[in-house]
Amino acid sequence: MESPGIILAFWVLSAITVAGCLLVMVARNLLHALVFLVLAFLGMAGLFVTLSADFIAVAQILIYAGSIAVLMVFAIMLTPLAVRDNANSLYVLPALAAGLGMAAIIGFVAVSTPWAELQGDALKHNDPVTTVAAIGDLLLGRYVLPFEVASILLFFALLGAIVLVRERRNDGDPS
Amino acid sequence: MSRAALPPATPMARQILDHRSLLQRARTLPGEARVALALLGIMTVAALAAVGYLVIAGTLDGRWYDIRDLGNGTSHLVYWMERQGWHPAIPYLTTGLLGGLGILSLVGGWLVIGSWVERRLLAKFQIRQGPNRNGPFGLLQPIADALKLIQKEALIPIGADRLLYYLPPVLIFIPAMLGWAPVPWAARMSYVDMNVGVVYAIAISSLGVLAVFLAGWSSNNHYALLGAMRTVAMMVSYEIPISMTLLSVVVLTGSLQLSQIVAWQQQYHVWLIIVLPLAAFTFLFASTAEINRTPNDIGEAESEIVAGFHTEYSGMKAGLFLAVELGNAILVGAMMATFFLGGYTLFGLETWIPGYLILATKIGAVYFVFVWLRGTLPRFRLDQLMGFAWKFLIPLAIVQLLVVAVEALVIEQSGLPGVATVSGAILVNALLTFFGVRAWANAIGYRPEAGASTPILTTAVGGLRAAARLQAVP
Repeated sequence: MESPGIILAFWVLSAITVAGCLLVMVARNLLHALVFLVLAFLGMAGLFVTLSADFIAVAQILIYAGSIAVLMVFAIMLTPLAVRDNANSLYVLPALAAGLGMAAIIGFVAVSTPWAELQGDALKHNDPVTTVAAIGDLLLGRYVLPFEVASILLFFALLGAIVLVRERRNDGDPS
Repeated sequence: MSRAALPPATPMARQILDHRSLLQRARTLPGEARVALALLGIMTVAALAAVGYLVIAGTLDGRWYDIRDLGNGTSHLVYWMERQGWHPAIPYLTTGLLGGLGILSLVGGWLVIGSWVERRLLAKFQIRQGPNRNGPFGLLQPIADALKLIQKEALIPIGADRLLYYLPPVLIFIPAMLGWAPVPWAARMSYVDMNVGVVYAIAISSLGVLAVFLAGWSSNNHYALLGAMRTVAMMVSYEIPISMTLLSVVVLTGSLQLSQIVAWQQQYHVWLIIVLPLAAFTFLFASTAEINRTPNDIGEAESEIVAGFHTEYSGMKAGLFLAVELGNAILVGAMMATFFLGGYTLFGLETWIPGYLILATKIGAVYFVFVWLRGTLPRFRLDQLMGFAWKFLIPLAIVQLLVVAVEALVIEQSGLPGVATVSGAILVNALLTFFGVRAWANAIGYRPEAGASTPILTTAVGGLRAAARLQAVP
């Protein structure tokens, strides 16, 4: 965080991200909110780039801005009356409480974590050329169990989705 | 039948028949002009020979004026700036601007010439003339088209969502430009040679989906919405085979960096299309779906849903959609060339000829294949297309990936010479492609059509004979 370019990039990207998130809440039209959400995702990807986390940044674009946004598009399209005025509802208070709780947890973690911050030459020495190899090593080495558990969970979610949407036969045969 | 005596049916047919070729027109030139043109030709040939001699003799090596590597000039400029003791931001910004200008002029130049190339090629495939009125060979046709598009009234449909209606033509342009960033044009010549280039390419191509969908939804038109839903469903489906095939490329070459993938092909003196024919076919077919080209252009199938997601767009906004389609075609051509056709290398020729010219030639070849497909194949039906992705391409891509993983391990760790292991991999993959494709196609019930080799419709309307008749008329 010593070069002025990085600091400028951080503030610009943060402004984009925060503005995008605020506009998501303010927008009355759900599809407008979706566009602003994608803007916030892209801002987050930019923030990851400034942290030298190139793989996370690209994965953020691929998964969130590319796939999750399309998923939300389908959800909005397939829900009747979803594009109606996104008015206030009783869920505002619980949502606010949950959001504040989340912010509190993340803030607590951010403050209490001992960030071993490096400067100058030590930073250059420890800056990895690519994070892909390290992530791959960790995923298939130290964290292989959580990785496999997550993949099995996703696999069952996929199966569940197929079972839910499969057409029932007329003769009452459950299989 | 004495057709020669009959006059042509229409004034336009008369004009077409009277149209003389360039060679015929050159024969009627006066003598002085002929001498001048001949001198000009000799001077051009001499200049080209001089340049060729300089390149081949090796006197250019690594200097700033070495035309084989445009990156040389830039790096010399950067060194000069650093020697001046300027702030590091200045060379950074300068090279960024230069590279951005390069990509912009490449894509912009293609948008000017591309529609002419495509229409002329299509016309050749369909035995027509194509645009040949504006300028020599009709070369000014794209400019005339652009002028016409700019003059058109900018219509907004009633009930359209204004913000989301104006946004997509701009939004869809951004990934088409950003996608060029990791493409290596020569040994040290790419805009950003990032470590995650392959994932970046996939991620950027997935951004266009949202713009397409917003365009269709905001138009307040059923056809537009249908086209958008079709396009989104198709893009989401075909992203999976594309990712799978690129994953097998990455597993084999052991890198996500595009320059490393090219370097692998250079090292083993083999193109990946020979090692992974199934993956190359899958990538080509799936990318025609991703960029909405025939045979997979169901998103804008004009015989079914008017023009798909850009039905309601008029003027330059529609023009932008068409332009992005053209730009994406050569972007996919560049990706195809880099991943499967050896990129900027050509078995040693890249030391003499600039690498970017080789890559441009390969891009042109892939683009020609795209136009060929468009001129030859009919459009797939929606369910056929989706079924082909999910039932055929994805299972085969998964099998291919598993096989390639084993092959990559053997190539890396067996200690055998690379020639042996890579040719073994080529053999295994060829067998897998031949038998795997046949067996799986049989298993899920694809049958070749009997007697499909006779062009029934073409024969009925005259086909090649009609063209011959037209040319026989004086």
